[in-house]
Amino acid sequence: MEPILAPESIDLIALAPVLVLSVFAMMVLVVDLFGGRNKTLLVFISLVGLLMTAISAFAKNPIPAYSFNDSYIVDHLSLFFICIFTISSALAILLSVEYNEREGIRAGEYYALILFCTVGMILLASSTDMIMIFLGIEIVSICLYVLAGIRRDDLRSNEAALKYFMLGAFATGFLLYGMTLVYGSTGSTNLFKIAEVVQNPAAQSNPLLLMGLVLLIIGFGFKVASVPFHMWAPDVYQGAPTPVTAFMAVGPKAAAFAAFFRVFAETFPELAPSWEILLSTVAVLSMFFGNLGAIMQTNIKRMLAFSSISHAGYILMAVIAKNSLGSSSLLFYMLTYTFMTFGIFGIIIILGRKGEENLEMKNYSGLAYKHPVLALSMTIFLLSLGGLPPFAGFIAKFYIFSAAIQEGLITLVVIAVLNSAISFYYYLKVIIFMYMKEPEAEFNISLTPLTLFVVFIGVITTVSLGIFPGSIIALASH
Amino acid sequence: MFLTLVTFLPLFGALFLVFLPRENAGVIKQTALAVAVADFLLSLLLWTNFDITTHKMQFELNIPWIEAWGINYHIGLDGISLLLYVMTTFLTMICVIASWDITKHIREYMIAMLVLSTGMLGVFIALDLFMFYVFWEFQLIPMYIIVGVWGGPRRIYASIKFFLFTAVGSLLMLVAILWIYFHIQETTGVATADILYITEHLSAPLGTQKWLWMAFFLAFAIKVPMFPFHTWLPDAHVEAPTAGSVILAGVLLKMGTYGFLRFNLPFFPQASYEFVPMIAWLSIIGIIYGALVAMVQEDLKKLVAYSSVSHLGFVMLGIFALNPYGIQGALIQNINHGISTGALFLLVGVIYDRRHTRLISEFGGLAKIMPRYTVCFMIAALSSIGLPGMNGFVGEFLVLLGIFQVNGLWAAFATSGVILAACYILWMFQRVMFLELKNPENMKLKDMNTREMITVVPLIILIFWIGLYPKPFMKTFDASVTHLVSKVNPDNFRPQREHHDNDHKDKQNNKHGEHARLITPTEMASLNQQLQMPANIKE
Repeated sequence: MEPILAPESIDLIALAPVLVLSVFAMMVLVVDLFGGRNKTLLVFISLVGLLMTAISAFAKNPIPAYSFNDSYIVDHLSLFFICIFTISSALAILLSVEYNEREGIRAGEYYALILFCTVGMILLASSTDMIMIFLGIEIVSICLYVLAGIRRDDLRSNEAALKYFMLGAFATGFLLYGMTLVYGSTGSTNLFKIAEVVQNPAAQSNPLLLMGLVLLIIGFGFKVASVPFHMWAPDVYQGAPTPVTAFMAVGPKAAAFAAFFRVFAETFPELAPSWEILLSTVAVLSMFFGNLGAIMQTNIKRMLAFSSISHAGYILMAVIAKNSLGSSSLLFYMLTYTFMTFGIFGIIIILGRKGEENLEMKNYSGLAYKHPVLALSMTIFLLSLGGLPPFAGFIAKFYIFSAAIQEGLITLVVIAVLNSAISFYYYLKVIIFMYMKEPEAEFNISLTPLTLFVVFIGVITTVSLGIFPGSIIALASH
Repeated sequence: MFLTLVTFLPLFGALFLVFLPRENAGVIKQTALAVAVADFLLSLLLWTNFDITTHKMQFELNIPWIEAWGINYHIGLDGISLLLYVMTTFLTMICVIASWDITKHIREYMIAMLVLSTGMLGVFIALDLFMFYVFWEFQLIPMYIIVGVWGGPRRIYASIKFFLFTAVGSLLMLVAILWIYFHIQETTGVATADILYITEHLSAPLGTQKWLWMAFFLAFAIKVPMFPFHTWLPDAHVEAPTAGSVILAGVLLKMGTYGFLRFNLPFFPQASYEFVPMIAWLSIIGIIYGALVAMVQEDLKKLVAYSSVSHLGFVMLGIFALNPYGIQGALIQNINHGISTGALFLLVGVIYDRRHTRLISEFGGLAKIMPRYTVCFMIAALSSIGLPGMNGFVGEFLVLLGIFQVNGLWAAFATSGVILAACYILWMFQRVMFLELKNPENMKLKDMNTREMITVVPLIILIFWIGLYPKPFMKTFDASVTHLVSKVNPDNFRPQREHHDNDHKDKQNNKHGEHARLITPTEMASLNQQLQMPANIKE
């Protein structure tokens, strides 16, 4: 009998980013144990760890390379995603430092959890095996459950954590069941092998396989917060600490989309006629519910939660397009979305007060005349999220739409652009408060340097990627 | 490179304003004015260097922008865009002067105005679809801010309506742009969004052409605005500050008509031809409906706004006459409308600044205390009616001439718009300027001051200049129009159509058979003879 895992199939260099980051995460835990109350060192270690991870990701050459019996892959997609993950985690940590001080979150494990979560994300984006995908998703989810509830004495935070945990566990069940059915009907958990099996027309019409796909859509759909599996998102986004919300909206979501793309667009393209209609429905529903839901909100975090649901709808179009433009547009979209989201949440943190106060839209009234730069930055982020040129969000949307049009999905794109128009309404609503209303109360804000730095990076990238996207597009479209 | 400089100069000016201290209103206004004047003068330099003998793009610059997608920073001007370009810089300058008395957030206002200027200029020079779209959407933001922050009481409603209407239309255009991009890639193997290249190489079956045409049509028809997409316009005009209304009427609406000339006609000549009746009827409805609604308005600004709907109907009618007269008339009418409606908005702004009301019933007898104002107003009003000797006449006459060659009935309907214009304008003029000076608040009104004269007088000069000697303006777009007409001439499609529907052929030939030809001297002579005959008999 041949060994299940031959030693020569383990390629540790390919695995370097996961290993490096895990080591740094454990280091954070250990240092926290002995380091006393000063958390600066933890932040420093975490950031260095993320930097090392990003560098070590490029250690493997040539690519694509595989490890663990082809269940782990290093390719352009995963490398680009690792960059997105490390950037988003680094920005989340930068946002957290001053926020945690204000809110009195002393937990050192906070940083370790973000790092472990990033490990899970890297695994998720690099896995070509169902088991590995499941492991990745679980690592990510468990870290997020804890992070969402890290403000232990806050009711909303607890609610967020509990809700996320219960629904998340439920969705994981679906995912696992779906994987089982796929395994049962194809005889393998490896995506390459599955892809080979489904070449066979007989396998394509296997009802068990199709059932498995449906369950997979439910499982992934939950992780990326798409309608009708989105119910957790608004509450969790609102209740979780703001930096965690920003982190959740970007990193884990990007990771889930990476896996989504690998499973559906790369493994089951032959079955597209079966899942395309289902995913398109999910995408369209996400856009509509996300946008219509966002219109009603007065709390800005909640509004962004709904808007992120609608963004999940747009991004799903990249999966549905399943072409090379689809994968590169997914990368570009997630990258720009990272910067916009962290930028906007950075401003929310600056304007917020202790105890997650001051998050209503009306609290932003007249901001433009007290703090014009902040208001302008916020405007840039909002317009970019809405997809207005010359900001990065426009290029990202253009990219995804072009992927879909190339695939002939014109109806879907028309629905998506109409939704963009709806989304302008609520993004503009915030601008109305900032520019067209008089201030209601004094702005009592603390311009903390690290948070401002994140906002600054957000503005710079959102504008520059909007005007000169050429080099990043060239990178993404490898 | 020079064109780039002229286009982006206002943006750099705006960036410079950002660093000026907010308290120093005088310096801010002077800087903004200096930038606007410099930009106008530079654009005049473009005009003097413009070669009117060719339809080709001039001052072209083509450098890669997003290489992976084959998208270029490609700019240039031709006869169709040149005058609109110069008018944009000109009206920006006028608007900066007209906004001199604004006190609320003056720095932000001037920044928005200058950014808006660059956005509009960009639309007219863009020769890459992607770039065009970027500018097209981009100029929405400053205009939205201008209406929303410095506008009237219902400014928020008006600004968001303006934004959403335009955005919906243009987003569908984006889908069409993407489709064309991939279609060109498939058929020619070149990944490009270059407008000139697409104009040359785009070939799609008529059914597809129609869909694409509709997508572009929606974007531009909302902007123009054509009936029934005009509902945002009165709101935006009424709520916008004076300068905002001037820019809106003078330039933003022209982007719509420009879009038809730059995209709908050359990209889809056959579809354009098929849609002529639809456009014609919508324009005629717009002309008459706009005029009738204008007649019953109580608010001066709303009256002018609805008159815009009516006037733009003429422009659209001229464009879709698809013959030289019509398109020349449309182009000159584009400019005329910007000038005369711009002047009217400025003048309405003048009394609004003094009385803070625009209700016609509040006024009456202003001629007695504001003579200068009355004269200026009268000139602008008469030009809007299209009195011979003034600019409006030249444009409307050419448009009617063009459309008459296509269909006499349409011309007859459209002509009624001219008469209705005389009704609502003269009636309004009478109620505001003549009658008795009853309202005591009007007794102490001051006549226009020097600054206000400076904003209006250049427009009045242009009104007479174009009215009496339009040649310098007309000849800038002669070559371009000839070229355009040669491409969209309905005759081009008839042989193609013969294959599928021979039955229609004869009808169509009858309808369009004898148009677009000047009367020959021999015909003229025989006509004269015939005319003289009855006289001879009498003798």
